[in-house]
Amino acid sequence: MAIWVNKETRLVVQGITGKEGTFHALGCRDYGTQVVAGVTPGKGGEEVEGTPVYNSVAEAREHTGCNATMIFVPPPFAADAIMEAAAAGVELVVCITEGIPVADMLKAKAFLREHSTRLVGPNCPGVITPGVAKIGIMPGHIHRPGRVGVISRSGTLTYEAVWQLTNLELGQSTCIGIGGDPINGTSFIDALAAFAEDDETEAVILIGEIGGSAEEEAAAWVEANYDRPVVGFIAGRTAPPGRRMGHAGAIVAGGKGTAVAKMEALRAAGIEVVESPADMGRTVARALGV
Amino acid sequence: MKIHEYQAKEILRRYGVATPRGRVTDDAGEVASICEDLGGRCVVKAQIHAGGRGKGGGVKLAQSPAEATELANAILGMRLVTPQTGPEGQEVRKVLIEEALDIASEYYLAVTLDREAGQPIVIASSAGGMNIEEVAAEDPDAIVRLAFDPHLGIQPFQARVVAGRLGLEDETARQAGKLVTALACAYVEMDASLVEINPMLVTVEGDVVALDAKMSFDDNALFRHADVREMRDLAEENPFEVEAGKFGLNYIKLDGSIGCMVNGAGLAMATMDIIKLCGGAPANFLDVGGSASQEAVANAFRLLVGDPSVKAVLINIFGGIARTDRIAAGVVDALADLGDVDTPVVVRLEGTNVEQGRQILRDADFDFIVAEDMGDAAQKAVAAAGGVA
Repeated sequence: MAIWVNKETRLVVQGITGKEGTFHALGCRDYGTQVVAGVTPGKGGEEVEGTPVYNSVAEAREHTGCNATMIFVPPPFAADAIMEAAAAGVELVVCITEGIPVADMLKAKAFLREHSTRLVGPNCPGVITPGVAKIGIMPGHIHRPGRVGVISRSGTLTYEAVWQLTNLELGQSTCIGIGGDPINGTSFIDALAAFAEDDETEAVILIGEIGGSAEEEAAAWVEANYDRPVVGFIAGRTAPPGRRMGHAGAIVAGGKGTAVAKMEALRAAGIEVVESPADMGRTVARALGV
Repeated sequence: MKIHEYQAKEILRRYGVATPRGRVTDDAGEVASICEDLGGRCVVKAQIHAGGRGKGGGVKLAQSPAEATELANAILGMRLVTPQTGPEGQEVRKVLIEEALDIASEYYLAVTLDREAGQPIVIASSAGGMNIEEVAAEDPDAIVRLAFDPHLGIQPFQARVVAGRLGLEDETARQAGKLVTALACAYVEMDASLVEINPMLVTVEGDVVALDAKMSFDDNALFRHADVREMRDLAEENPFEVEAGKFGLNYIKLDGSIGCMVNGAGLAMATMDIIKLCGGAPANFLDVGGSASQEAVANAFRLLVGDPSVKAVLINIFGGIARTDRIAAGVVDALADLGDVDTPVVVRLEGTNVEQGRQILRDADFDFIVAEDMGDAAQKAVAAAGGVA
């Protein structure tokens, strides 16, 4: 079953003619994703490794029936690309681009409120349903099909968690990188709610970090709505306040968003909190009783 | 990106914000004449990026031009220590000389992003001049919060609501409302991440003045604000961080002894955390980028071994798309370029082609300490840096 990405996914890649876009479009195709089109304004009619390129998402959708998009468009134009995909009716937008201005994302979010499109990211590794399909830049081979749902604000830290799980022979149902920006499309709660509807997902690992209050909100939601095991890790307990730790959203500001407060909120909601990032896999195994 | 108070006031004056009359200078010799022009009494304000300048002795009232010169001489060149600078302080290179105003009351006013609401928010309080975080903790009801739509802009009635809830009336309320509107406009148009007036002053005549001003900007939007980019003051930033920025590395200097090099911000934070759990302290946060290019790895390595506080280096790379054998080769190349490195280097590689990567490290002409996993790496790094702090 898994969520959001499956064998029915028909992917268009916005920014496919760029170096990164081409590379990862092929990576997705090699993993088994149906990559049906690319979009780069002004380059319609070209092909990238056999994939047709269109001038607009609407055109790509009309000709290929794409229902998901992966965005590699440079930061100044990425919010526009998100809105274009939503306007074309694409159901799932995964935005990989890092460095989009906050003001642009506020605009895109306002635009999305009028559409039924789901946005994942920006500044995220993407979404993968192991063994089936992926939309993103994550290395497919570290994953293994299975029953653990993974939700994370980070990229390589997610790979670390997945790798620990895979080495313990614990497969993943779907792994979702929600991204490290302060304004993003899909929240922890959105992903948790989707996992709650998925019978194949028997446990969830939630990987958060300092900044904002998304983890606290997720904790409250889990306590009220989710009865399968949830394991949590929060990165950044050693981060000094007022300094942005790489991700635009990872900053302790105004005394809010500390790792300790987030860990307490998770614990209070009955979520098992991992102290050391080396123990993420083992803790999920214990929670599942294996 | 942060700017100085005098620069923030320059920007805000364009939006019609009233500020005290004054001038910035780096020359104490000019101060007496500036003070004369301002009427013989003035305030001498150290210009550094950190807040809490008054507490550190960086803001002083002068009753005469001679006293102003004396104060400017003392402040210029001093290392100003405030609650936000850390114990080493920040050197003062410029002072802002402003007219001294007769204060009737002080307020706090700011515009920033409310992440949860996904909208900008005006924050105001009648406890001006105080640390707003302390006010928020002690008496949350004393704080006015009003979110507005950035695309429609703040509406006049919303600005009136803020002024009204601060208890202001008549002409003073009208001026405060105008100030709220100006800050909201500046915030949106300039892609600011914070515009803060603390304190906003009401003079004995009932006029509203921005006595202090602070602005910081969304780094991701600087590409469309050349004027703001020009206001950057590299002297206010950590030299290691400036150097790292030139190579496109994400680096933040910390006060421990273990230099960390990691790919990806989340994994970099997690690596700092596990060092602390093992009893050590990270010397920095350093993200070489998720894909960890060979060049980025080499530059990062040079930066770490060039930092005298680094007693051991911990390299933690999860090779996904980037193959770990290539990363290992990058580290070995960087070492060969540097020549004589005697800092112990703990390396933990995981992911694609990890066996080949580890073999490259074993075969290198350098005694790497090779770790098996994150926990092992942190323990070995703490031991190599001289044990538990």
